[in-house]
Parts: sequence; C-alpha cells; structure tokens
Amino acid sequence: MSHYQPSARGYYGQFGGAFIPEMLYPNVEELREQYLDILADESFQREYQLLLRDYVGRPTPLFKAERLSQHFGATIYLKREDLCHTGAHKVNNTVGQILLAERLGKKRIIAETGAGQHGVATATVCALRGLECIVYMGAVDMERQKPNVARMRMLGAEVRAAVSGSQTLKDATNEAIRDWISNPTDTHYIIGSVVGPHPYPDLVARLQAVISEEIRRQLREKTGSELPDYVVACVGGGSNAAGAFYHYLDEPAVKLVAVEAAGHGVDTDKSAATSVLGRPGIIHGSRTLLMQDEHGQITEPHSISAGLDYPGIGPLHAFLADSKRAQFLSITDADALQAAQLCSRLEGIIPALESAHAIAALQVMDLKPTDVVVLNLSGRGDKDLETYLRELHLA
Amino acid sequence: MQNRFADLLARKPQGLLNLYITAGYPGRHDTVPLLRTLAEAGADILEIGVPFSDPLADGPVIQQTSAVALRNGMTLKALLQELRGVREVLPDTPLLLMGYLNPVMQLGMEEFCRQASAAGIDGVILPDLPAEEYAEFYQDTFRRYNLRPVFLVTPQTSEARIRRLDELTDAFLYLVSGPGLTGGNQTADQGAQQAYLQRVAALNLRNPRLVGFGIADKASFEQACQHAHGAIIGSALLRALDGAADPHAAARQFVQGIRTTQPASTPATS
Repeated sequence: MSHYQPSARGYYGQFGGAFIPEMLYPNVEELREQYLDILADESFQREYQLLLRDYVGRPTPLFKAERLSQHFGATIYLKREDLCHTGAHKVNNTVGQILLAERLGKKRIIAETGAGQHGVATATVCALRGLECIVYMGAVDMERQKPNVARMRMLGAEVRAAVSGSQTLKDATNEAIRDWISNPTDTHYIIGSVVGPHPYPDLVARLQAVISEEIRRQLREKTGSELPDYVVACVGGGSNAAGAFYHYLDEPAVKLVAVEAAGHGVDTDKSAATSVLGRPGIIHGSRTLLMQDEHGQITEPHSISAGLDYPGIGPLHAFLADSKRAQFLSITDADALQAAQLCSRLEGIIPALESAHAIAALQVMDLKPTDVVVLNLSGRGDKDLETYLRELHLA
Repeated sequence: MQNRFADLLARKPQGLLNLYITAGYPGRHDTVPLLRTLAEAGADILEIGVPFSDPLADGPVIQQTSAVALRNGMTLKALLQELRGVREVLPDTPLLLMGYLNPVMQLGMEEFCRQASAAGIDGVILPDLPAEEYAEFYQDTFRRYNLRPVFLVTPQTSEARIRRLDELTDAFLYLVSGPGLTGGNQTADQGAQQAYLQRVAALNLRNPRLVGFGIADKASFEQACQHAHGAIIGSALLRALDGAADPHAAARQFVQGIRTTQPASTPATS
C-alpha cells in the first residue's frame, strides 16, 4: 500500500508533516521513533487483539440491510461499528493508544472530543487501565452531547470545557495541545482522529484499519468477493473513514466515498465541508485542507453533528481528495436528520448523526441495482436522541 | 549584511529587555506608536505579534489580545503595510515578527519575507515552523532577505538539538523558561529553571540567549538575566495595557517598573 503510506516525515503527497512548536518536539519525536516498533511488538499485538475481541466486542457484524437496500436500489451492507463497546469505532483507537501510552511510561492521559464518543472511549480505557484522564470538550458540544458528558464523568474522567472560538472540536483540540505543552513529560495525548502532527494520522489510521480488515473477510464470506463497488463513510477528521478505506486504498476497483457535513449547505457560511471550502493550510500540526479566510485565519465550521464540526480533514483524506482516489460528497443537516429517521424505521438501527450523513449520501450516489455498497455505520445514535426528537418534531 | 542583533549585543551585552505586543492591540492603529514608546522607555528588542485565530502555544492573555486585534481588523497584510514607516522612528532597535505559520503561508513565504525585509524587520519567530522544515524549504529565502529566524529551546530540548538550532541562526535563541504557555507560571520552580539556564549557558553557543514565557516583573526579569543575556516579556505587558486610558503611559510605567531599582510599580502576576 506504499502509495498511501506517509513518507518518513509524515507526508501524504503535499499534506501532513509535523508543524509543532518546540515544546511538543520531544513528545512527538518519541512517539514517531517508537510507534511502529510498539505496534509491531508481539506482546502489544497479543494484548491489543485480546482487548479488541473480549472488551470491544470485535469483530463487529457486517449486516445486510435488506430494507435500506430495497429503498436505495442496491445491495447495502452496514459495518456495525455502532456495536463496539462505548457505541462507536473510536474505541479501536483508544484501546491501542492506551497500550502504547503504557509502553511509553505515561501516567496521565488527555484527549479532545467533539461528539463525546472519543472522550467516552478514552475515559473507558483509562478506567480499564487505571490512568488519570482529562477530556477537553467544547462548551457548545457539552451542551448538545450531554449524555456523553455524563458517561465520561461516571467513568471517572475530568471533562474540561473549551470556551474559546466556536467552543467546538477545533477549540477542544487547541486546549488539549496546550495541556500537552504544559505537561511535557508524564502525559500522553490520545488524539481521536487521523489529524494532528505526524505520526498521529498514521497511528490512528493503523489502529482503525481493523475495520476494513474485517470487511474484506466478512464480505468474502457473504458474497465470495472481498471487493465491494463502494465503501462509504462520513468524514469529520476522518478516522472511521480511514479505517474503512485502509485495506481498499490500493484496490482501484473499489470506489471510496467520503461524506462531509454541508451544514446548512456549502454555499452558506454555516458548513463543515472542508474538501469544498478548504484550501491548503496548517491546523493542529498538520498541513491539510483547511477552512480559512483570505488572511489565513481559521474559520468556524458548522454542522449539526458535533463529530463532523471541524474546519480541517486528516492529511490522508486531503490527499485522497486531491488525487481523486476518493469521491467527496457533502450532506446537509436536514438530509442527515431524514436519513437517521429512515435507518431507524427501516432497519431498527438508530445511527449517530455523524453516520447518518453517510446514509444520506446513498441517495445522491446514483447507485445501480448490481452495486454492492459497504457503509461504515460508525456509531449509534443514543447521544443524539434529544436532537432527533427536537429536529424531527417527534417529542 | 547589517545585523541589528549583533550591533545591539556589542553595545549592551547583558540585561536585554525584549518586549512583545500583539499587533492591532489595544487599538487597530496603536502598533507603531506603541513600539516607539516602548523603545524610548528602555526596551532593547521588540517583538510584534501577528494575531492568529488559533494560537496554540499561547496562554489566555495572548489568546485574548489576538482575538481583540482580529476583531479590530488587523491582518498580516495590513501590518506589513503599516510597518513600512517603522524604521523612520526606530532606526536601531532589532524588530521581530512573531506569529503562526498559516497566515504567512497564505500570503506566501517569499512575499512575506520580501515585505518584512522592505519594512526593515530583522527576525521572525514562527513557533509552529520546525527547524527541519525551515532548513529545507525557507533558509535560502530568509537569507536572501536578510531575515533571521529565532528558534525556541525548552528544558526538554537535547544538547545536540540546541546546537543544531544555534547553527541555523545569528539572532538569538529563545529559551522557554519551563513547561507551559506564554503568560504561565513557569518560574514557580526556580531551582529547576536556574539549573536549566545554567546548563544551556555552559554550552558556549554562538548566539545570545533570551528567556521567555512567564517573565512578568522586575524580579523574574532579573532572575532570568542571571544566566542569560536578557529576557522576553509579553503577557504581563499586555495585561498592563488592558483597559488603560492611555496605553502609552501604561507602557512607559510598565517598562520603568522593570528597569528602575525601585520595587515594580505594576503588581507582580503569576
């Protein structure tokens, strides 16, 4: 898969790198020097695989969604990451990174979170391994994802509100990075997406790659072929998409569809569709596509989904967009809400608002009856019920 | 090539006071007049902060002043234009631009260097531009425009890396006083800080060393100067300007508080 692996300095084409202040250099350098060896280490793999099976509940099912298939006129398989322990794919990464943090001798864990799924997944593994856990979350997101704030607190994590900027995921990430600068020796920062300075985008992609590894095996069992026509996933920073795409990147027959949040629409100033609205720039230590004004100030994104409300995308995704390896679609708040209701009513599965964007994309993909589509259902919608009831007038 | 840092050091080898202000703060057009006031009051080096929406290495004060400056309408382009006259009022004081990489990238590094150089800027601090990227992609451009980069050194920076950074510039090295952000409380552990500053002093580097982050008053300034050529103050000065009826009077009073032998007139802050 060499074409889609980062270079030694962390570049995917022109995107990536490690644009960090000197204060972070020792930590990031330590991680860069050690992460591949640790991931390849036999004792790491043994613990990681055991936890993925017995704690996370992997493999997650690949479910043939008959009624959605009928509705969209193609064969739709749902990769049920919503059935992971904690309710989303995020835990695949945190289980791996907590084992890595232990091997680096770190005692204190920090994380950022948008929808709260990564925060919950981090708080969960910190409880499991007995490590101190501090999660930064935008004040706006704490309000719109209350159940996840409660879960983190129940798990023993401290949730700190980020009150700068738009008080969402970008600002939570800023605060987590500032914490890391202030605590340079005992702390590991578990980034939740394929963003940040090298090696994070590659580290998180590798830990999420288990998703596509399982899809290949499961699809072969069900259809005789490992290769679907499409793999569809939503992209905020892009970790679930990176995991779902990973083992298909070098299969040109498989079309990769990345679904961004259009918010109120890409022609409004309330959107988070970075591939449409962004230009190359630097955010959180990475050169990537970035929503910004003409002076290089980062602009505030908007999405109804806290997990997609981010003004950048991971550098791998910027490269997939730039090289046209993946097709990028954007879905509005309103269409995502309708898709969430559709999936709930047709399949008895309430998806997360983030994953609902991917479902809505099926409507605009011009599918043929013979097409086989794997859709990564990245998380469950319990956390979004308040929003669903209000916005869909069901309360 | 003129090097105002070397010229300054020849005139004054110790106790250098480097002051930072955020461009466009407190008022949109205060920058050049404030630089002049600070130099006249006794600042040796001046850093002009380019406001950025997401200043990762900065504490609450500079986050806040940057947000105000952006609301005031300050931009990198406007600042570079405004600085065109600065050498008429400040012929000798070394001047630095400090900011984050993204606004510079949007203008273009070449264009940024061209305009900064034309304004008579001496050095540039871009905390999120790693030395490796600088050396590979931008060193030639900087040299062509007689601009000097300033690199940060922290207590965790290895000796080998400090020496590499020392080779890449002939301005000064910016010694971050301890773990934390600008305006923080790094001086709390004075023993550890002094040991670190002594350790770097013993390396016999080519460049002078200035200590920054958490330097807030006369006591912390003098403490920092014991094992370095000077120190950098930003957040504490900006706090003194905050809400001041006359920012120039507040600036003068702040510098006098650092420079005189009297107890500092500005309250010591953490």
